[in-house]
Amino acid sequence: MAVVGVGMHPWGKWGRNFVGYGVAAARAALDDAGVDWSDVDFIVGGETVRNGYGGYVAGSTMARALGWNGARVATCYAACASGSAAIEAARTRILAGLCDVALVVGADTTPKGFLAPNAGERWDDPDWLRFRLIGATNPAFFAMYARRRMDLYGAGPADFAMVKVKNARHGRHNPNARYRAEVKAEDVMASPVVSDPLRLLDICATSDGGAAVVLASPAAARRLGQTDVRIRAVSTVTPRFPNTALDLPDIATDSAAVVAPPAIGFRPSIAAAAYEEAGLGPEDLSLAEVYDLSTALELDWYEDIGLCGPGEAEKLLQEGATTIGGRIPVNPSGGLACFGEAVPAQAIAQVCEVTWQLRGQAGPRQVEGAQVGLTINQGLFGHGSCVILSK
Amino acid sequence: MTEPEPVIDRWFTTGPEPALIGRRCTKCGTYQFPPTGEWCPNPACDSMSMEDTELSRRGRVWSYTDAQYQPPAPFVPSTDAFEPFAIAAVELEAEAMVILGQVASGFGVGQLRVGTEVELVVEPIDASGALVWKWRPCSE
Ligand SMILES: [Zn+2]
Repeated sequence: MAVVGVGMHPWGKWGRNFVGYGVAAARAALDDAGVDWSDVDFIVGGETVRNGYGGYVAGSTMARALGWNGARVATCYAACASGSAAIEAARTRILAGLCDVALVVGADTTPKGFLAPNAGERWDDPDWLRFRLIGATNPAFFAMYARRRMDLYGAGPADFAMVKVKNARHGRHNPNARYRAEVKAEDVMASPVVSDPLRLLDICATSDGGAAVVLASPAAARRLGQTDVRIRAVSTVTPRFPNTALDLPDIATDSAAVVAPPAIGFRPSIAAAAYEEAGLGPEDLSLAEVYDLSTALELDWYEDIGLCGPGEAEKLLQEGATTIGGRIPVNPSGGLACFGEAVPAQAIAQVCEVTWQLRGQAGPRQVEGAQVGLTINQGLFGHGSCVILSK
Repeated sequence: MTEPEPVIDRWFTTGPEPALIGRRCTKCGTYQFPPTGEWCPNPACDSMSMEDTELSRRGRVWSYTDAQYQPPAPFVPSTDAFEPFAIAAVELEAEAMVILGQVASGFGVGQLRVGTEVELVVEPIDASGALVWKWRPCSE
């Protein structure tokens, strides 16, 4: 299974329709692959829920925008994990021998400020109820995870700020990133508190953007002369009962009163399933793209993907191991800190970055000698998302 | 004058010793909250029989934060001028689960740590006077 083409529309607040970003990204990826759109036999869209009916049927919306070509179509929604769910749909159809070349596209236009639930009174919708009954925003959940690092491991605001400084330095060189200025730790720590202990610059913004990948069977990849980057694993696992870590947007966890919790929690289990499928481990990674919805959450991911043990992430960061030039650079793209989140495009964008890194095409943010890269993310309501790619 | 009513039906009791109402499987004993389950969430249990049960009134803070900015609708601020409030996720020992709630008015993140003991209270959710559950740090 090869990634034969990748492309993006730069992230920002462009105020355009999401379809335009998707078409731009798709054309860039097809161009990169040297594939004609008429030769794509399966298109998968990452669904966006904020753009009306066209967003609910993103796959066919993109197919129509590119010009109907008769391809099979699917649309995937898995919240922040939609992109990898779409990649998995394309990959499995190719692995089944039902398709040669597939295009995966995600694009979004997002509102300013907190991501809010859809309008209307919905007393049976947990995502609506957490706002109505508790006022628990997404940053409030990120802040509770950050607070646990502080109270349990002695992490501090300076550690969180260091993540932002690192990612800003990485993203400075990324033409697709929305924020490309260096950030000082004191700027992070002087920005207003949103949800204690997290400040405005600890939390990622929401952005417009589009990303696309072209996947191909080994035979088609050889024909295209694009055999450099392979998908080794895609993990879209759900939690195992009882899931005892409070996950966004839930008001309560499962109960472990009768059934003991699984040996590893949900987030580590996402990576574990991918490592098992790839026959690789954390020691094999050259780089990782992790979902830094907040600075502190990036540190949680270090532990969840096995770069270090629980409570050791701050040390790994402080040593410079996760900076470009270090032992295991994390978020060489600049991460969500520099992009802001464009939900259905983000997991696809992570795969674009790893592909450029493995090809040695990442320019000033290149991780030297990159051989294996991992992307990871978690979608609301129990969606794992992890892709491992190698040369 | 009428007694204030809970903002949502059947999620908690009111009175001097209020409690959250959970569901408990009559076959395997697994708990669930919010109390909306009609079948058991334990994958090894096929029970379709869940009954209401009052959950522990005390627990320990799993984590906590606050809202320094007014959350978007459907959140309704309790006063015209938004005042920041704290939120706690609280671990109940017997039920072995974590339940989120606002922290009682008058308390902020400064009074909390991971592990702080808290108890359940009910307070008005907004100017309507309707009641919601909150977590209040225990005095001792
Ligand atoms: Zn049961």
